[in-house]
Amino acid sequence: MTTATTDRSGATATTRKPATMAQALTRAMRDAMAQDPTVHVLGEDVGVLGGVFRITDGLTKEFGEDRCTDTPLAEAGILGTAVGMAMYGLRPVVEMQFDAFAYPAFEQLLSHVAKMRNRTRGKMPLPITIRVPYGGGIGGVEHHSDSSEAYYMATPGLHVVTPATVADAYGLLRAAIASDDPVVFLEPKRLYWSKADWSPEEPQAVAPIGRAEVRRRGTSATLITYGPSVPVCLEAAEAAREEGWDVEVVDLRSLVPFDDETVCASVRRTGRAVVVHEASAFGGPGGEIAARITERCFHYLQAPVLRVAGFDIPYPPPMLERRHLPGVDRVLDAVARLQWESEWTERPEAFEGGTR
Amino acid sequence: MTVLEQPGSHRPSPPPAWRPRTDPAPLLPDAEPYRLLGTGAELDPELLGALYRQVVKGRRYNRQATALTRQGRLAVYPSSTGQEACEVAAAMVLRERDWLFPSYRDTLAAVARGMDPAEALGLLRGDWHTGYDPYEHRVAPLSTPLATHLPHAVGLAHAARLKGDDVVALAMVGDGGTSEGDFHEALNFAAVWKTPTVFLVQNNGFAISVPLAKQTAAPSLAHKAVGYGVPGRLVDGNDAAAVHRVLSEAVDRARAGGGPTLVEAVTYRIDAHTNADDATRYRGDDEVAAWLEHDPVTLLERELADRGLLDDAMRDGARDEAEEMAARLRDRMNEDPVLDPMGLFDHVYAEKTAQLREQAAQLRAELEAENGDHGDHGDHDGQAKGDGR
Repeated sequence: MTTATTDRSGATATTRKPATMAQALTRAMRDAMAQDPTVHVLGEDVGVLGGVFRITDGLTKEFGEDRCTDTPLAEAGILGTAVGMAMYGLRPVVEMQFDAFAYPAFEQLLSHVAKMRNRTRGKMPLPITIRVPYGGGIGGVEHHSDSSEAYYMATPGLHVVTPATVADAYGLLRAAIASDDPVVFLEPKRLYWSKADWSPEEPQAVAPIGRAEVRRRGTSATLITYGPSVPVCLEAAEAAREEGWDVEVVDLRSLVPFDDETVCASVRRTGRAVVVHEASAFGGPGGEIAARITERCFHYLQAPVLRVAGFDIPYPPPMLERRHLPGVDRVLDAVARLQWESEWTERPEAFEGGTR
Repeated sequence: MTVLEQPGSHRPSPPPAWRPRTDPAPLLPDAEPYRLLGTGAELDPELLGALYRQVVKGRRYNRQATALTRQGRLAVYPSSTGQEACEVAAAMVLRERDWLFPSYRDTLAAVARGMDPAEALGLLRGDWHTGYDPYEHRVAPLSTPLATHLPHAVGLAHAARLKGDDVVALAMVGDGGTSEGDFHEALNFAAVWKTPTVFLVQNNGFAISVPLAKQTAAPSLAHKAVGYGVPGRLVDGNDAAAVHRVLSEAVDRARAGGGPTLVEAVTYRIDAHTNADDATRYRGDDEVAAWLEHDPVTLLERELADRGLLDDAMRDGARDEAEEMAARLRDRMNEDPVLDPMGLFDHVYAEKTAQLREQAAQLRAELEAENGDHGDHGDHDGQAKGDGR
């Protein structure tokens, strides 16, 4: 397979025509459908239009309306019928179109999808993949840019994964569709058009769910991140080099199950950690991750675990989203704060309000 | 053409999409609930006898389950006393390969479908949720959230048809459930996709304490079907023969590719919402008494007697069968269920996550500390995979 380069670094490799994350996702569904006749794609606009982001482009043409189906506009209905389809032995892949459009389906997701295996003591597993384009940075108006991963993470029974590279988009989606458990597949929509040296014509690897990937090796601090924030952190790591900081970047890829092993191994090596994500800080994934690191790596830590996250506000208007989304400068600022160990002990006020 | 234009006639006629695309008349339910018992209609004596035995058994089941709540053997029981005709007819019209999607009040339908009565009560007993294998009798887990199981019935019927199986899914919901969004979405999906799904609304008058008049302004719940392009049928829910007839027709139609039907069975919940509810706060004794006059068991007995079909042998036979079932249920429910706490971590995922393995180890240590010896909790570290389908 092609090397697991990041989108940014991948753009420099030019042996083949670069592929986009969107293409890799389409290819993943196409391959899964070709290989397994029980895989069915359904959602609003996924058929003739190929999805509003064209991720399901060509699937209806190739596999027919029964395999890639335009549904009525009703998210609870889409996911609810997918539950019934899965009960009868199909593997539905549903599209929720936009992050905040998934909320009407939350009751189906929380009360049935996440619990059916458990309720029936393993008799009725639901192999459903729920594709949710999520996150900001594309200038979308209200309700088109939410980062809802904390809600999914807080629901036992769901797997939650999110790719950051073209290769992972393919590999993780194949793994999600093949999984016998429901998987919330979060697609960072601002990376849809990111490119990498990845050939859709060649055989591709499946990426295991539940394993994080170290995207950049470093020794002085670890950035723990996922999805749309991975390229931000890689850029910040490069910039930090000028300050004499050798920063490691861990791409979680899977929020549930969580890869404590890779994260803790990294933090124990570097002794410093910053969690970076777009979702709001309060009650967000960063709090959970910081707690896990503190519980497991306390004696290795040279500084408190910091979070760089979105503000605790409803997603802002697109004209201001640049001010909300954690960017390279904010990540670098946090990295800089990690080195003030003496100030942390002597002047705790230096950290007041300074978690981002 | 020399006809003078009338004022306003220059306005072009509306595009075709403005006109109704389906004639709603054939979809409309009858003005009065459909009845068979006491009308002199032609009825199969064998079917009448079978309905009678099932309804008598159903009544006994409701009584026994209610008694078990008083003895602390059941955590809660939402009784279907008064609604037995709907419950047993729903089960009787289905073939073995069909699916039943019950709500939390429909344990009797699951039992009438052949499920062990004690197994059907697992959830309500406080045992493992669901407690039965849904694939054994093709009964979906009892749904506690309202109407959320209706889209499941649509999806399953859709999948079966895609696979070329002539399977029908019958989903049961109460009058309150028709106010939920999932009711709407399920009806709409089923209608658009023409899935072989039958929706049975048991209108028992109350959603806990809220009467139908405060639930909906629709002419009837069966009328709701028309808006989706689905035929609505209104039936006397205490008339077992009528419910059986109407549901049979709906099931046949679904199996033949005719799409979904919405059946409203007008009935009454004789008992309170559950054993924990006080129905006297929201309804009068007169109302209950009037409905007792229209009891499903009485209606069948009267019909059988009028036809000269009800003799002591039939009456005793039905009663003995019911008593035997109740005794078996009592015996089973008097056994203390043994739940292995280590089972808590099974079946959350196909494979335990590292986090669940850690938590399982914690609980195991707690159990060992409590018991000295933890005993045999079985192998909970392996894969917990159900065959599924």
